[in-house]
Amino acid sequence: MADKYLELVNSGFTKKLAKSLGAPRPAILRRYAPGAPLLPGPLLLLGNSSAAQDLADTLLGWGLDVRRHASGESRLGGIILLLDELADPAELSEPMLAAGAALRRLAPGGRVVCLSRPALETDAPAVAAVRQGIDGTVRSMGREMRGGATANGIVLAEGIPATAPSALAALHFLLSGRSAYVDGQFIAVDSADGTLPEDFDRPLAGKVAVVTGAARGIGAAIAQTLHRDGATVVVVDVPAAGDALARVANRVSGTALQLDVTRPDAGEKIIEHAVSRHGALDIVIHNAGITRDKLLANMDAARWDSVIAVNISSQLAMNEAFLAAQLPGLRIVSLASTSGIAGNRGQTNYAASKGGVIGMVRASAAAFAANGGGINAVAPGFIETDMTAKIPLATRAVARMLMPSLMQGGLPLDVAEAIGLLASDAAAGINGRTLRVCGQSLVGA
Amino acid sequence: MSDQTQAIRPAVIIGGNRIPFARSNGAYSKASNQDMLTAALDGLIARFGLQGQRLGAVAAGAVLKHSKDFNLVRECVLGTSLSAQTPAYDVQMACATGMEAIGSLANKIKLGQIDSGIGGGVDTTSDAPIAVSEGLRAVLMDLSRARTTGAKLKAVSRFRPRDLAPNAPGTGEPRTGLSMGDHQAITTKAWNISRAAQDELALASHKNLAAAYERNFFDDLITPFAGVSKDTNMRADSTLEKLASLKPAFGKNLGAEATMTAGNSTPLTDGASAVLLGSEDYAREHDLPMLANFVDFEAAAVDFVHGAEGLLMAPTYAVARILERNNLSLQDFDFYEIHEAFAGTVLATLAAWEDAEFCKNKLGLQAPLGAIDRSRLNVNGSSLAAGHPFAATGGRIVASLAKMLHEKGSGRGLVSVCAAGGQGVVAILEAR
Ligand SMILES: NC(=O)c1ccc[n+]([C@@H]2O[C@H](COP(=O)([O-])OP(=O)(O)OC[C@H]3O[C@@H](n4cnc5c(N)ncnc54)[C@H](O)[C@@H]3O)[C@@H](O)[C@H]2O)c1
Repeated sequence: MADKYLELVNSGFTKKLAKSLGAPRPAILRRYAPGAPLLPGPLLLLGNSSAAQDLADTLLGWGLDVRRHASGESRLGGIILLLDELADPAELSEPMLAAGAALRRLAPGGRVVCLSRPALETDAPAVAAVRQGIDGTVRSMGREMRGGATANGIVLAEGIPATAPSALAALHFLLSGRSAYVDGQFIAVDSADGTLPEDFDRPLAGKVAVVTGAARGIGAAIAQTLHRDGATVVVVDVPAAGDALARVANRVSGTALQLDVTRPDAGEKIIEHAVSRHGALDIVIHNAGITRDKLLANMDAARWDSVIAVNISSQLAMNEAFLAAQLPGLRIVSLASTSGIAGNRGQTNYAASKGGVIGMVRASAAAFAANGGGINAVAPGFIETDMTAKIPLATRAVARMLMPSLMQGGLPLDVAEAIGLLASDAAAGINGRTLRVCGQSLVGA
Repeated sequence: MSDQTQAIRPAVIIGGNRIPFARSNGAYSKASNQDMLTAALDGLIARFGLQGQRLGAVAAGAVLKHSKDFNLVRECVLGTSLSAQTPAYDVQMACATGMEAIGSLANKIKLGQIDSGIGGGVDTTSDAPIAVSEGLRAVLMDLSRARTTGAKLKAVSRFRPRDLAPNAPGTGEPRTGLSMGDHQAITTKAWNISRAAQDELALASHKNLAAAYERNFFDDLITPFAGVSKDTNMRADSTLEKLASLKPAFGKNLGAEATMTAGNSTPLTDGASAVLLGSEDYAREHDLPMLANFVDFEAAAVDFVHGAEGLLMAPTYAVARILERNNLSLQDFDFYEIHEAFAGTVLATLAAWEDAEFCKNKLGLQAPLGAIDRSRLNVNGSSLAAGHPFAATGGRIVASLAKMLHEKGSGRGLVSVCAAGGQGVVAILEAR
C-alpha cells in the first residue's frame, strides 16, 4: 500500500493533485545498487578544520567531484560540514549559513554529513555547548530536507582523525544510497581501528555471517544484502519456518539451519554449523524477534515472557557462547527498535526487550573488542514487513506518513544496509553503539 | 571379492531431508508429486548449500505416477537451484523405490562412477492418476485412427455409458485381487500375531515419533511444507485403549479372529524424502558431515501368488542373504528399522527370524536368525505413526537411521522395507 501511494504522488496527474491538496508527498528514496555513483552530483566540502585536505584527497579518490566553495548554481549531490574544531557556539554561524545557502541546490537523494566531536563533561562549557548544539542543529536539518535528501553526523572521539577507517566507512555509508532511510542520526567513532574494504561494493568478501530470524522480513533482506556484499551466509529460523528459510538460503547460496534461538544450546549450534561447514564465524546478526502487543493493564505472562525470551534473553545467552569460543574478530549486530528508545503504546514488553538490546551492546562492547571484534545495534523505526502488517491500518498509516521526516516507512533493505556497515571490518572503531534506521521517526515496531 | 573387481570406496550418507508426511486428502491434497519432491530437494539443497552444484545423479521415483510425469525427477531437478547439468532418473519398485534408488546410487559412488548423488522418493494418493476405463480407451484409440466420417461414427457408436467409470489405482495385487492389507491379514494369522501385540507396536511407534520431535531430532531432517511442520498422522496422545476400540479393517473374513485395524496399519499418506550421498572425498571437499556408510543392500522376492509365502515377507529372505554376505549375525546391530507397513508385518518378520523351521526350510539356515533386542527397533517411530508415502519411506528411514548412528558414534543399523509384488529391499548402514 505504501508503494502504491508513493508511486501515485510521484507521477503525472496524481502528482499534481497531491501537490494541490497539500497531501504528504514522500519522495522515492535514493537506494544503493552495486556500481552506482556514490552521490547524485558534486560534493561541497565546507569548514576549515585541519582534516579538510586529507579528507578532500580521500573523497577525490572515491571519484567524487569535490568543491571547496559554495559558489555557482549547479546541482550538488552532497554537502560535508567539517565542524570538528569548533570551540564556541558563535563559530557555527559561518558554516551553517554557507550550508543553508547551498541547500537549495541539493539534488533529490542528496546528503548532508557533519563531522564533529562528542560533548563531554570534561569539555570547557563553550566547547561542550557548540558540540551539543551540533547535535540539535543536524537533527533539525534532517527535518528540513526535501526530495529524499538526508542530514546525518559522524561524531569522532577526541584524537580520532576524520580519515580513521571507521570514520571513512561511516562517511561512505552516509553519502551512499545505503543510508537511504537513515536521517537525523549520528554515528560515533571511538577508535582508529579497522580496515577499509578493497572494494566498497564487496565489503564483506570472504566473511562467514549468521543471520537469525532470516526466513522473512528484515532477516531475509539482511541475508540477501550480506550475500550481495560478499559474505557466505548461514540463515537461521525456527523449524516451523523452514520452508521459507530454505528459499532464502537457496537464493543467497547459503546454508539453512533450523533452530529456535531460545534453545539453551543455540549459540553452540550456530558456532558448530558455521565453523564445520564454512570454516569460520565472523559475523552474527541477532535479528530474530517477536511482538506480542498488549496494553500493560491487559498484559499476561505468556506475552511478556516470550518477548523477553526471544528478543533479549536468547541474545545474552548466545553472546556468552560466542565469547567463550573466543572467535577472533567476531562482529555482532543486534536488532533494537525505536520503541526501545522512544516507547510505544502497547509495547511495554517489546520496548523492555529492545531497550535491553541497547543496554546489552553497550555493556558487551569491551568483551567483544578484546577478541578483536565488536557489537552494535540497529534500531529500525517503521519498516514495512509482516511484523508491522499486524499493526492496525490507521495506526500504520499514521506511523508511515506523518512522523518520519522522510514521510514513509522504510524497507527491510534499509535496515540491512546499516547492518552491513556495522558488520564490516571497517566499522571496528564503532562499538557498543545503536544506529537508528527510522527516516527520523520515533514510531516503530 | 574376486581379484577382478575394482577397489571399491565407501559411499557415505551426508544427510537427508523430507517434508512432513500428511494423511491422504488432507493438507497436501492440492500438491503434486513434482511439488512435493521439489520441496524435499529444495530443503536438502538449502541444508547442505548445494546451490549451483552438478551432482553425479538424482535418483528417485513415485509408485503412483501420472503418465505426464515420465521424467518426474529430472523435472524436479530443473525446478531447483542445483546445476541444470545434474542428471536425474526415475526409479520404480513399489514401496522399495526409495531404497532401490538410494542403494543403486551408493553402488555408483562405491565404484567411483559418481562422487555425489541424491536418492529419494515421493508419493501422493491425493493427486493420484486416474485412468479412463479400458472400454473408453479402446473407443478413443479407434477414433484417433479413423480417417473417414463413417469410421469415426462407427468408433463412437461402440461407446457405452459404463465406460465412463474411471479406474483409480488401488493397492490391490493384480494377480490375486487381494488388497495388501488382506494379504497381510493372512500372514498375520499364519504367524499367530495377536491384536494386543500389534496395538502395542503401533502405540510405541507414535510415542517414539513424538518423543523424537520433542528432542528436536527432526530439526535437521524435515523441512515444513504447505503449512505443515509435523507428520499429520502422528497421535502423541494415543493409548492402548483407544487402539483396542478400533474395528478390524482387513481380513474381515476372519470374523472374530480379525486383528488388523486402521490403528495398526499405515494410512494412505502423501510426502517426499531425499538423501544426500557422496564419497568421502566429496564430503571432505565440501565440508559436509559424514553420518554413516551405506554398506550394502539386498533385494528379495517371494512367490505369494501361489501361496508359498506371505506377500510382505520378502525382507526375511533378503536379510538372511545380506547377513551371510557381510559375515554378520542378526544380533550385530544397534538399530533395526523395519518399515511398519502393518504392525503385523513387523511382528511376523521378527517371528519368522526366530522360527527354526522357517529359517531352515525357507531361508536354508542351520540355525534360526534369532530374536532382536526390541528396544533397538524403530526407536524414533516408523510408518505406523509417520505414515507411508510409498516411495518416500526409504529416504525417511535411511536419513533418520544415519543420524541415529552418527549420534551414537558407533555401530550398525539394519533397514528392512517390504513392497508390493512380494518384494523387499534391506540394507546395512554403519556409523561414522
Ligand atoms: N518491522 C519493523 O518495523 C521493525 C522495527 C523495529 C525492529 N524490528 C526488529 O527487526 C527484527 C525483524 O523484524 P521483522 O519485521 O522482519 O519480523 P518478522 O516477524 O517478519 O520476522 C522475524 C523472524 O524471526 C523469526 N523468529 C521468531 N522467533 C524466533 C526464534 N525463537 N528463533 C529463531 N527465529 C525466530 C520468525 O520466525 C521470523 O521469521 C525483529 O527483531 C524486530 O523486533 C522490526
